[in-house]
Amino acid sequence: MLAAELIEEAQRQLTICNACRYCEGYCPVFPAVEMRRDFTKGDVVFIAHLCHDCRACYYACMYSPPHEFAINIPQVLSQVRVESYQDWSWPSLFGRSFTDQRVGYSLASVAVAAVAVLALIFAGPARIFAAHRGPGAFYQVVPFLAMLVPALALVFYAAAIWATGGTRFWFDAETPLSENFTSRAVMAALRDVLSLKWLKGGGPGCYYPGAQPSSVRRFYHSLVFYGFLSALLSTTLAAIYQDLLHRLPPYALSSAPVIFGTLGGLAMIVGVCGLISVKLKSDPAPTAPEMPKLDYLFLILLGLTSLSGMFTLVLRSTAAMGSALIIHLGLIAALFVTAPYGKFVHSMYRSLALILHRAAQERAAQNPSKGHG
Amino acid sequence: MDAYDVIVVGGGNAALCAAIAARRHVARVLLLERAPIHMRGGNTRHTRNVRCAQLAGSSAAEEYGETEFLEDLIGVTGGPANLDLARFTIRESANLPQWMAEHGVSWQPALAGTLHLARTNRWFLGGGKALVNTYYDTCSKMGIDVRYDACVEDLLIEDGKCSAVILRRGDNQESIRARAVVIAAGGFEANLEWLKRYWGEAADNFCVRGTPYNDGKVLATLLAKGAKAMGDPKGFHAIAVDARAPKFDGGIVTRLDSIPFGIVVNRLAHRFYDEGENIWPKRYAIWGRLIAEQPGQLAYSIVDAKTIGSFLPPIYKPAKADSIEGLACALKLDPQALAETVRIYNRATDGNAEFSPGTLDGMKTNGLTPPKSNWAIPLDHPPYYGLPLRPGITFTYMGVAVDDRARVLESNGRAFANVFAAGEIMSGNILTKGYLAGFGLTIGSVFGRLAGKEAALHARG
Repeated sequence: MLAAELIEEAQRQLTICNACRYCEGYCPVFPAVEMRRDFTKGDVVFIAHLCHDCRACYYACMYSPPHEFAINIPQVLSQVRVESYQDWSWPSLFGRSFTDQRVGYSLASVAVAAVAVLALIFAGPARIFAAHRGPGAFYQVVPFLAMLVPALALVFYAAAIWATGGTRFWFDAETPLSENFTSRAVMAALRDVLSLKWLKGGGPGCYYPGAQPSSVRRFYHSLVFYGFLSALLSTTLAAIYQDLLHRLPPYALSSAPVIFGTLGGLAMIVGVCGLISVKLKSDPAPTAPEMPKLDYLFLILLGLTSLSGMFTLVLRSTAAMGSALIIHLGLIAALFVTAPYGKFVHSMYRSLALILHRAAQERAAQNPSKGHG
Repeated sequence: MDAYDVIVVGGGNAALCAAIAARRHVARVLLLERAPIHMRGGNTRHTRNVRCAQLAGSSAAEEYGETEFLEDLIGVTGGPANLDLARFTIRESANLPQWMAEHGVSWQPALAGTLHLARTNRWFLGGGKALVNTYYDTCSKMGIDVRYDACVEDLLIEDGKCSAVILRRGDNQESIRARAVVIAAGGFEANLEWLKRYWGEAADNFCVRGTPYNDGKVLATLLAKGAKAMGDPKGFHAIAVDARAPKFDGGIVTRLDSIPFGIVVNRLAHRFYDEGENIWPKRYAIWGRLIAEQPGQLAYSIVDAKTIGSFLPPIYKPAKADSIEGLACALKLDPQALAETVRIYNRATDGNAEFSPGTLDGMKTNGLTPPKSNWAIPLDHPPYYGLPLRPGITFTYMGVAVDDRARVLESNGRAFANVFAAGEIMSGNILTKGYLAGFGLTIGSVFGRLAGKEAALHARG
C-alpha cells in the first residue's frame, strides 16, 4: 500500500500548486492539477506518473525549500512513483527491488549465471570455446530452441507482470475504461511518447544536470529509446530472415538485422553513458533517493547488453564468440527478468498516464463547463 | 581608480535589467543582492507577467495601443504623478518582449483563468522566479559580478555625487567605489516598524506577501541624503489573504477569491462593505485596505454549499459547519451576532436565486446597509464555510523622485549626478494608487534598462 503520509504530503503540495499555476506551461502535470479541486489518492497516482522529472517546476518555484511551504513536486511525485511501482508489481519478494536494489542486482546476476551454467552443462566447454563459422554458427553454441523457448518464456512472464501492473494503475487512477480509449487520445499520447515531448520541460529543455535548461537529457534518452527500438527491429528482422527466408544467422555486415542491431547497440551505449554521466552530476534534491539507483540498475543492464552484443558481432568469427554470445544472452535474460522489477516499467506507466491525460483533455474540450477557471 | 563602473543595488527584475543594460556599455558591473541566493530576486519572484503595449503591425485582435494602455493606467490610478514618465514607460514597453527574449526569457500562453489579460500582458514561462533565474544566468554569461547577502548600509554622497557604496559584513563595513550607482532595492513594505509610523499597532497584523528583505533600508538612506520623496507614505497595495498565511513571502497562493460569493464580516460578525461591487479585475485590491481598517485587522468570508466550488480552491481548509451558529463557533465569532447578520442579509436577498459569477448580474440586496450590489443570493445551503482574512501587503507606493534619465532627484529639484533608480523604489512617480496587472514589471524593466544605460554612459564619461 502507498503510505498515507506520502499521499497526504502530495495532496498538500498539489493544493498549493493549484492556487498558483505559474508552472502551467511546463508539462501536463499542471493542467491535470488544474482540472481538479481536490486530489484523491487516484489523482495523486495518476499525476505522479505524468511527471517526466524535468525539474523545471522545482527551480521555478518560489515556494521550494527552505520556504515554509516546502514545495518539491518532482521529489514527492517520484516518491509516489517508486512506491506505486512496488505496489503494483508481483510477487512482492521481487517487487522489493524498487526500494532495495540488491534484489534487482541479485535477480540480474542469477539470470546471467543461470544462462552461463546451462550453456556449460548442455553445450560443454569444447563447443563454447571453439570457433564456429557459416550459417547456424550461433546455434552450434546454443541450439535454437534452447535460445527461443526460455526467451519467449521470459518475455511472456515480463509482459504478464507488466499487464497486471498496468491494470492496477488504471484502476488506482480511478478512471472508467470505456471513457479513455478514444483513438484520438491514444494517437496523441503516442506522439508524446515517440517524441519524448515532455523532456523539453516546456520548451528550453529539462533542468539536467543543474539548474539551467538543457536538451542533453532528451538527447541521450532519445538515443537509448530509439536504440532499443532499433535493436528490437533487428531481432524481428532476424526472425523473418530465419523463418520466412530460411537464412540462418550470422548475417552479413551489410544485412538489415546487423545494421539495425549495430546502430541500436551503439546508440544505446552512447545514450546509457550519457544518461549515467548526467545523473551522476544531477541535483539530488528534486528526486526520491531510490530513483537514481533504479535508473543506474536499468541503464547498466541496457548498456552491458548492448556492449556484449557488439562484442558478439566483432568476435563472431573467433573462438571467443561462444563466450561473448553466452554473456550477451545472459544479459538479455537479466534485462527481461528485471523488466517488471526495475525502471523499465516507467515506459509503460508513463505511456498509460499520457493516454489518460490526453483523454481527459479531450473530454474537457468537449465539456468546458467541467473545468475550473 | 574606481573599483566598478556601475554598482547596482538590488537583485530583482529592475536591478537585473539595469545590470544587463549597463554591461553592454561598460566592463565592470557589480550587482549587490541583499538576500541569500535562494531568496534572490525580490518581489519579482512572485510575479508572472509583464504588461506591454503591442503596436501597429500586430493584428487588430492583439493590438494594445499606447492610448488604451494610458487610459487603463489612468482608470485605476486616477492619473500618474508624472505623465511624461508614464508615457515613456508605456512607449518603451512595446520593446520589452524582444529584449527579454534576447536575454534568455521563454514565454507561455496566458494562464487559464486569466484570458482577460492575454492581449495586454506577456507571460514568462514558469513565473517570476524562473525569470529571475534566467537573468542571473545571463548576468553570469555577460561577466557581471554578483554578490549575495550583500546588505547596503550607506551611500557615500558628497555634493550630489555618490563615490562609494558601504556594505555591512557582520561587524565590519566594506566600502566599494563606483563611478555610478543604480538603486533598485524595492519598497519598504516588509518593514513593519516603518509601517507603524502610519498604521500604528495594526501593522503587526498585516501579512507581507513578498520578500522579507524589502525593508526600505536603501530608500531610507536616499531620503536621509536629501532625495525627494514621491507617493503617499501611508499608501500600499494590499489584498485579502488567508489569515493563516505566512507572515512573509506567501505570494499568490494565499489570496482568496471567495469575497463576491457570500458575505464578509468583521470580528464583531458585522458586514462592513459591499461584497458585490465590481471588483474584478481592477479593484480587487481594495479589500486589503478595508480589512486593515477593521478591528484586529481580521475579517471572515462566509459562503455556503452553493458557492464553495465557484472560486479557486483555497490552500487552507475553510471552517465548515451545518449551521451558521456552528460556523461562528468554529471561527470564534459571536454565534447570535453572526446568525443575525446572515438573517438580515438573507431577508434582503429575497427573490434572488440564480446568479452569474461571470458578469455583473444585478442580483442586489434590498434595503440593506451596506448593500451587496451583485451576486446577492441567500446563504441557506448547509454546510456553511468560513475563511479568515487579513490584509496582505503587496508593495508600498512611496519612493524617490526621478527625472527622464532615471536620475534620482534631490528635494530642491536638482538631480544627483550619478545616482539612478529603477523599479519599486521609484514606481511612485507613475503609480500613485491602485494597480494594473503586470505594470510593476513594466516600470522595473523599462526603468531598469534606462537607469543601467544612463549609469554606464555616465561612468564612461
